[in-house]
Amino acid sequence: MSAALERPAASGPGLAVTARGLSRHFGGAAVLRGLDLHVPAGQFLAVVGRSGSGKSTLLRLLGGLDRPDGGHVLLGDRGESTAARIMFQEPRLLPWATVIDNVAVGLGPRPGAGGRMRAQAVLDRVGLGARSGEWPAGLSGGQKSRVALARALVSRPRLLLLDEPLGALDALTRIEMQGLVEAAWIEGGFTAVLVTHDVSEAVTLADRLIVIEHGTITLDLSLDLPRRERRGSAQAAALERRVLDHLLGPTRS
Amino acid sequence: MQGDLSEVGGRIAPARALPWRGLASRIVAVGASPHAGWLAPGALLLAWQAASSAGMISDAVLPSPAAVAAAGWSLTLSGELPHHMGVSFLRAMAGLAVGGGIGFALGLANGSSALSHRATDTALQMARNVPHLALIPLVILWFGIGEEAKLFLVALGVFFPVYVNTLHGIRSVDPQLVEMGRCYGMTRAALFRRVVLPGALPSVFVGLRFALGVMWLTLIVAETIAAQSGIGYMAMQARDFLQTDVIVLAILIYAVLGKLADGVTRALERRCLAWNPAYRA
Repeated sequence: MSAALERPAASGPGLAVTARGLSRHFGGAAVLRGLDLHVPAGQFLAVVGRSGSGKSTLLRLLGGLDRPDGGHVLLGDRGESTAARIMFQEPRLLPWATVIDNVAVGLGPRPGAGGRMRAQAVLDRVGLGARSGEWPAGLSGGQKSRVALARALVSRPRLLLLDEPLGALDALTRIEMQGLVEAAWIEGGFTAVLVTHDVSEAVTLADRLIVIEHGTITLDLSLDLPRRERRGSAQAAALERRVLDHLLGPTRS
Repeated sequence: MQGDLSEVGGRIAPARALPWRGLASRIVAVGASPHAGWLAPGALLLAWQAASSAGMISDAVLPSPAAVAAAGWSLTLSGELPHHMGVSFLRAMAGLAVGGGIGFALGLANGSSALSHRATDTALQMARNVPHLALIPLVILWFGIGEEAKLFLVALGVFFPVYVNTLHGIRSVDPQLVEMGRCYGMTRAALFRRVVLPGALPSVFVGLRFALGVMWLTLIVAETIAAQSGIGYMAMQARDFLQTDVIVLAILIYAVLGKLADGVTRALERRCLAWNPAYRA
């Protein structure tokens, strides 16, 4: 996490994301109500909200896993479709494929020559290069997450969507994973959208933080703190406090 | 006084405990070995032989293992036994291949296509509840006592366990993995080959092992009722000549064949499901 690479240039490989009037309801309940959002290319956006606020639904719509009932999503300027990669809440590794084969899934339907070498290189990058021939069943939760991250990164995505991928990890593993995600983002220059209920994780990683409540954006905050000094700094704590106060709403003192 | 006691205890106790401990540890060692499963059948065989030799069991009721072995040997030398075994084995495998193949294919189709499932599943579930051996009179009328009759019955018997378990396997594939595959751009064919099929495989193996049991059962019945060769026929013929030893031989051969088939399946499971900690040896 070098300070020299504070933020990728807007002209990098990242993909801008635009959502216009996005709505989605399940049964009678509206989960998203006409949500508008623009994420500039290369930005690291954190989406925070309580469970059931619609933040995961938003991510699924952005990733094309689900179709909106109203409005539309535009990736890039002309609507590129295949560039997004998703890291799910669970690692979702194929138990019957070796670690490296799981990473190679991320290369897509036509891996091409040198795909395996790239998979191995990304595995080395997340510190699991020596485990490439093993079954996922033998890995710890944190290691599985790292394989899932490698799978998401191996195709050099222009947009990475993270759906609370670190939620189930213990505190230390989580900090390690946050470091890996941040390093990958700085190196890869992709646009990142992280859905999380952990405000401190959002403040540590993101350039910008939005809060979703009842299907609309109720807070949009830009976080221009120096990346190196975020964890544990007073400024970060103050920002965290502010977001939490907003989320806790009427119960705040 | 105290010193004496401890000395006595120290001298005598090990002398008494040692032989027991030796035997116990030997039993534990044998029990832990991979061949421990053969211990019980072996002991049973010894007891049987002892009872026969002591005259406790009449040869007309149950011949001794030695007599059965002798009958097996002479039938092997005459070429009769290998012939019947070969015929039975081929019938079993042909029936398994046909019935299991169709069951597997229909299970895959009905597990992955709602249309196919709606069209065929109800009929299949109804047919499943008819004991296939109840069809024997009809089958004899249709095919006589030729090979087709046996093939038909065995295929019908193994069809259902393979079908039901394949269907269940496909249905229980983790939908999250399917979504992951789709989101990573897998085509329908790739999704099937890399996610659905391997996910269903443990269940397919359960079906296969059930099918093997049904396969032998069906074959025994079919061969004793309507056949001119095979182990079952050999046993029925022996009954006509009161050759109890040959009858017992036939029964034992079925047991051994069943165990062999199960062993092959287990080995296949260990190979194909190596990723699953539950199937590691």
